[in-house]
Amino acid sequence: MATKTKNPTVVEKKLIGLADIVIQAAERSKDPTLQIPIRALSNVSFNEKKGLIEMGSKKQERSFFNVGMAKRFMQTVLVADALSELQRADLTTSLREIYYRTKHTIKDSHENTFDAQDESDPVIEDLEVSLAALREELHVSAENRGSIVGPVVFGDDGDRVDCSKLGKGGYSVPSIVEPEYLEIRRCTADFVLLVEKGTQWNRLSEDKFWRRYNCILLTGNGQPPRGVRRLACRLHEEHRLPVYVLVDNDPWGYYIYSVVKQGSINLAFESERMAIPKAKFVGLSSADPENYELPRNVGIKLNDKDIARAKELLNYQWFKKPAWQAEIKRMLASGLKYELDALANKDFQYLTKKYLPKKLQERDWLD
Amino acid sequence: MATKKASASETESISSASRSTPEPVATKKPAAKSAERVTAVEMGARQREISVSEFFTKNRHLLGFDNPRKALLTCVKEAVDNALDACEEAGILPDVTVRLEVVSNGQPVAASQANRFRVTVTDNGPGIVRQQIPRIFAKLLYGSKFHRLRMSRGQQGIGISAAGMYGQLTTGKPVKIISRIGPKAAAHFFEVQIDTKKNEPLVHENKQIDWEQPRGTQVTLEVEGKYQKGRASVDEWLEQTSIANPHVKLIYHTPEGETKEYARTYHELPPQPREIKPHPYGIEFGMLLKMLQDTKSHTVAGFLESDFCRVSAQIAEDICKAAKVSPDAKPRELKGPVAETLYKTLQETKLMAPPTNCISPIGEKAILSGLYKQIKGEFYTAVSRPPAVYRGNPFIIEAGLAYGNRPQDQNKPQQPTMPKAEGEGEEEDSELARVIRYANRVPLLYQQSACSTFKAVLSTTWKNYGLTQSRGALPGGPMVIFVHMASVWVPFTSESKEAIADYDEIQKEITLALRECGRRLGLFVRRRERAASEFRRRNIFELYIEEVVEACNRLKGGKLPKEKLKAQLQKIASARTGGQKTDHALGKTGAGPEGLPHSIIVTAEGIEGETAVASQVEADQAGTAPRATSDAPGETTPIEKPASKAPVVKARHPEKSPRKAAAKSEQTTLFGGKSGSKMKTAKPGKSTAPRKQK
Ligand SMILES: Nc1ncnc2c1ncn2[C@@H]1O[C@H](COP(=O)(O)OP(=O)(O)O)[C@@H](O)[C@H]1O
Ligand SMILES: [Mg+2]
Repeated sequence: MATKTKNPTVVEKKLIGLADIVIQAAERSKDPTLQIPIRALSNVSFNEKKGLIEMGSKKQERSFFNVGMAKRFMQTVLVADALSELQRADLTTSLREIYYRTKHTIKDSHENTFDAQDESDPVIEDLEVSLAALREELHVSAENRGSIVGPVVFGDDGDRVDCSKLGKGGYSVPSIVEPEYLEIRRCTADFVLLVEKGTQWNRLSEDKFWRRYNCILLTGNGQPPRGVRRLACRLHEEHRLPVYVLVDNDPWGYYIYSVVKQGSINLAFESERMAIPKAKFVGLSSADPENYELPRNVGIKLNDKDIARAKELLNYQWFKKPAWQAEIKRMLASGLKYELDALANKDFQYLTKKYLPKKLQERDWLD
Repeated sequence: MATKKASASETESISSASRSTPEPVATKKPAAKSAERVTAVEMGARQREISVSEFFTKNRHLLGFDNPRKALLTCVKEAVDNALDACEEAGILPDVTVRLEVVSNGQPVAASQANRFRVTVTDNGPGIVRQQIPRIFAKLLYGSKFHRLRMSRGQQGIGISAAGMYGQLTTGKPVKIISRIGPKAAAHFFEVQIDTKKNEPLVHENKQIDWEQPRGTQVTLEVEGKYQKGRASVDEWLEQTSIANPHVKLIYHTPEGETKEYARTYHELPPQPREIKPHPYGIEFGMLLKMLQDTKSHTVAGFLESDFCRVSAQIAEDICKAAKVSPDAKPRELKGPVAETLYKTLQETKLMAPPTNCISPIGEKAILSGLYKQIKGEFYTAVSRPPAVYRGNPFIIEAGLAYGNRPQDQNKPQQPTMPKAEGEGEEEDSELARVIRYANRVPLLYQQSACSTFKAVLSTTWKNYGLTQSRGALPGGPMVIFVHMASVWVPFTSESKEAIADYDEIQKEITLALRECGRRLGLFVRRRERAASEFRRRNIFELYIEEVVEACNRLKGGKLPKEKLKAQLQKIASARTGGQKTDHALGKTGAGPEGLPHSIIVTAEGIEGETAVASQVEADQAGTAPRATSDAPGETTPIEKPASKAPVVKARHPEKSPRKAAAKSEQTTLFGGKSGSKMKTAKPGKSTAPRKQK
């Protein structure tokens, strides 16, 4: 933990600013109101030049003296208080601990400040966006969910972590991977392969795919958490490694790819730090079943939710490229989705021995 | 006992029939024969006068002595009913004391385990003249109320002597009576028993004694019984009696050594009910035959005119003509088909309804007083319907409601708030309303579902009044529904006088009374909900202001002038939640309830509506009994409210839950048999405060 100062940190000053809003409004007999940027599709735009999703300027007001918002307002101030406590004590904690820290029964009542964690998590995100502070800066971590293996050496709290010498399990990616927390000491890899599913990552790691192709294997076990995305971004930016994304062939896989590439709608304000506009989609593509002769019977019928989601994707600006429209429409036309695991139908090592080598060699990917 | 012979042969024949039933199944013929073999001579040999004790034993269930628990209640009830009837008839505000004592042979027994009790009921009534005492207490079917049509509790002259009979049969002990008719007269002490063969009194003891009371009667019975609190207990009956009779001061010494005192909170006697003659529509054929025999008139026309109400000389003539009876015929000679024709004609003749001034309702104010005194609620209302008539019998229906949980008093210790864990919510209230039923001011505790009053409650659509109600069920919520029928003749479904029979006219009146109560309740509930939602709005802000101020203070490093910020925010909150307007909706401005006659509303800030009634209750309850402290946990101090001209029930916000629990436990005392919070409870030895003042 590098930032240790006596004076309030920038973030702490921002948090204290919340109290000032309340005090100043009260002074003028006005309803204390917070301006919170809206975290929804309606408030993002796609910057084609940068290839990023950017947050717009739309804000919602959160007023104290509004029956529908009063509790949220109170919760926001409470969370701000807890976050500033973290700043003063220079501690990092989890979302869940913040929830417990701020939960108590309100005096003279049976009402709790928070009833469940799903009430406090969004408040933290609200503060991230309204204060334009990163979660790391707020000293809040998510759980570690992600693994990395390959020819890269990190410095983690003074320990040297050589990810080529950690067996097939690899290194568990911390949730905060900012340079102050995680140092990239050496990296000799040629590219990064970000795999959606842990199972496929295991297969590749076990087969030492990374050694043969001199690459870094990363996974976030599903939608990649910030740590994984940020680490991929750093490897890309600091070591100029191309990033390839390998996901299931379904709308969720497409979206995971787009989050890695352009950023997410919910946390669009972090796109600058997280997004990798040059990331490539290697598969599974809706063209693959035909190209690789996957039998129809290893496909899964698209359900209504899949279809609806796919149609939404077609409307996202960042999927407007003709190749992507064709890709998604092809999936819709086939009515089927495919899991990466389905490649095992051909051979257990089909992914490592045939599919990926061919894809990479033929540069068969989407941008 | 005119029916003695008849019932003797009837009971005999029933028992012989039952004796022969086991046989016939196997062998049909011989059984039939054996039934035929009983000759008139043999039957004649078995026909004899049955003794009153046999009569009593066979009919004890009809008289309320079916089991020891109910028998104990019936004994108390008969004695208290008589005491109240006598006091009211003599124009005396009744002071009644009931004492139940365990009678043990040797070692002491807990009241709940005992099977023998001494019941003593003392009143300050007119007393009974010495000569009458033996017959009143030791002769069945002897009384002053049977031969007249006048609203009273007792009707058949079977009450107290039956209780005495029951005591005699179960314990062998005589009935002890002390009675004094005035300060100048001597007090007489009697011990009497019934000669069960002759239905005549046997006097064991008769002497003059010194008695501290200047006037009144005391009856002591020793009976087999069972004391068990709860539903249909002596305790419940007395408590309900005090609700419908707030003009009575009632002291109850329980067999467990507690003393419960029900203060007199209404200081007027009910108006004297007047005696009326029967209306032709209200009599049965048998009754007409009996009246024809008993009349003092010498002609049928004279009989009709003088023995019935609403029959003038002219109408009497017309009736005779229509029935083809000579107006001058001797009443005693009218029999068979002729009498039947006369009866039919009487029923078909157009007559004015009977006069209704013979009925004395409890009255709206007195009902309110009784409910307010005994039940803790937020809303009370009472309705007395105008008199109506069923089958020639005038009657009045009265209904009342006590609704809600009274806001908790502020000076009571607050229950600590229990922090709630994740997933823990408030439990749903599934409490149903209770019905308390009365006939001529006497609580009815048995056979609720057979009672016309109960049926009317069920068939009322309480949902219209803001309550929940599942199909065919009582409405939900903390509520007591009070229904009273006053009549010269209450039509019970059976001799045990437990449920009121269904007559359309009665049903209709009960329904109308309940609807009016419901309408007022609906107004109250809606009004309160409106206020509550405003209150909640303000309350939310008030709750959160504290949190926000504290958090801001911490954010500012603990250097914030907290009180200033709090005051500023509170000012904004008040302005935002309507300020004055909300105060008004919350009843803080003291405006009376609109459209709610004969109602009392208890808010966190005070009482509205019939405040005079309520403050009288406060004053009486505070005045008549000293503060008794009780060590028993959960028992509340009896008198919590100061007696002031402007009664203020201090309480916390009605929204908060702790008082809900507290108030509920109080509410259930009416039925649960626990000692009520508003009763004066003094346990010997445990009480530090002075006992009852004399
Ligand atoms: N406590 C009493 N004080 C004065 N009179 C009484 C009292 N108890 C009973 N009586 C007289 O005795 C009569 C018989 O009482 P009871 O056997 O209970 O029959 P009922 O009450 O049906 O008339 C009453 O009608 C009343 O005149
Ligand atoms: Mg009686």
